[in-house]
Amino acid sequence: MIVVAIALVVLLLPLILPSSFYYRVLALVFINALAVVGLNLLMGFAGQVSLGHAGFFGIGAYSVALGPTYLGIPSWAALIGGTMLSALIAFVVGRPILKLKGYYLAVATLGMGLLISMVFTNEAGVTGGPNGMPVPRLQLFGWRVFGSQTWYWISGISLIIGAWVAVNLIASPTGRAFRAIHDSETAARVLGIDVARYKLLAFVLSAIYAAVAGSYFSLFDGFVTPNTASFLLSIEFVVMAVLGGLGSILGSVVGAAILVMLPQVLTVFHDYEHIVLGLILIVFLIFLPSGIVPAIATRFGRRTT
Amino acid sequence: MTVLRIENLGISFGGVNALAGVGFTVRRGDIFAVIGPNGAGKTTLFNVVSGIYTPKTGRILLGDKDVTGLPPHQLARLGLSRTFQNLQIFFRMSAVENVMVGRHLHENRNVLAHFFTLPSVLRQNKTTREKSEDLLALVGLRDYADRSAGALPYGALKRLEIARALATEPHVLLLDEPAAGCNPVETEEIDVVIQKIAASGVTVVLVEHDMRLVMKISSRIHVLDQGHTLAEGDASEIRNNPAVIAAYLGAQGVTEVRRARG
Repeated sequence: MIVVAIALVVLLLPLILPSSFYYRVLALVFINALAVVGLNLLMGFAGQVSLGHAGFFGIGAYSVALGPTYLGIPSWAALIGGTMLSALIAFVVGRPILKLKGYYLAVATLGMGLLISMVFTNEAGVTGGPNGMPVPRLQLFGWRVFGSQTWYWISGISLIIGAWVAVNLIASPTGRAFRAIHDSETAARVLGIDVARYKLLAFVLSAIYAAVAGSYFSLFDGFVTPNTASFLLSIEFVVMAVLGGLGSILGSVVGAAILVMLPQVLTVFHDYEHIVLGLILIVFLIFLPSGIVPAIATRFGRRTT
Repeated sequence: MTVLRIENLGISFGGVNALAGVGFTVRRGDIFAVIGPNGAGKTTLFNVVSGIYTPKTGRILLGDKDVTGLPPHQLARLGLSRTFQNLQIFFRMSAVENVMVGRHLHENRNVLAHFFTLPSVLRQNKTTREKSEDLLALVGLRDYADRSAGALPYGALKRLEIARALATEPHVLLLDEPAAGCNPVETEEIDVVIQKIAASGVTVVLVEHDMRLVMKISSRIHVLDQGHTLAEGDASEIRNNPAVIAAYLGAQGVTEVRRARG
């Protein structure tokens, strides 16, 4: 259902898109949404907060810059390598820190994100430091992949696949284990769920989503800066997930769409853009505390995932 | 046949001995009740036996296997499940989904298959759901299957926890105050459910304050007081045990009871 809805949007939107600029904005929506769908598996379903997910996004983003530049490997291999590295870091870091709960976990993941972003900022000799570095274009079978339309399709189709996998997972025993841990770890444990293992699985999965999204982002942009791993971006991902609705995959897409597109619309307010954006977010969360999609679903008496 | 054996169990919190030297044996098919005044250590005992706390002294044997200090999810694998006095419901899930979580150990847990919803996953979801609905029917909640667990009344949640624990197919089921906070009608329903469970071959260990329920259904009763074993026996032995009466009603109570019985 939800996957079909997302697929229809991706497939039909080009019919009404007037210019390349719109493709660009939507590609950014899809890329962010991909990261947020992953984060939602962790936060909305397994109930574990992460304030450091831009760290994984940044690893993905830098891997496609550093790999081809210094190791001479093709971009697609760098993307896979970066994703695996993200998963590995999530696995190693997740083991100790997922024992923490609530605020403590938030602070630990925040620290992890800051550390990763500091590496990209401080290793200026390799990464160009705060100035960033150029990202070689992706080449697939001799085809140079670039341009907003191309990336619209790559990111759009990836989002469809990512959302499909997430929806599948939620309806499986793994998804039920995630949701059980969210509501009562004690009960989940007593029913035979290896809580530590499933928390770690959710964390690693969400890191994979973030890393792939990060790689797409910097390949699309052709340039990468430490902003891709910044604390602010981590917070933006969380805001997208919460705004759209934790525990709703469609919500992740809606949240990403709003947070990416709204600033474009609000440019008419010039200097007051950020104030208006902040106000809109506050109003949304006051009146729709469960998030946009769950609030609408409740109004129409439907449960969604 | 012994299914659960507790030996010399002890645990303390900040210097207070919550349990000391507690031991008993539960035989297959028993409805074994653990009773005692407030603060006697009944729930602590359950938390130790179900692996939530690790005991300071003593051993726990499940069947003939020493399971002392094993984490809860491994105990579940060995056939021990429990319910909670303070409900631990998955409130964001529907009633039937709560029970479906209990099927976890009996499902294929291959994550790769889950990613792509292979036909085997769909078939499995279907059987899991059917089994869970049957269990809901057993505890009288069949009509609530697709209701959000958060919207169920208290008595129903108590029974939902029982159905969920049964979904793991335990040999030993620990029920922590299954009738607490229930009205007489609900208590009666739970009484019937417990007897059905015992009849199906599951050994039941329960902590309960409702003495009428305990006396009616228990085959053995173990009395705790301030972390120590006070007495053990069948219903009539416990009812007439002066030490037990004293623990509940004070020494004065013993003479009162004697007078009341003429």
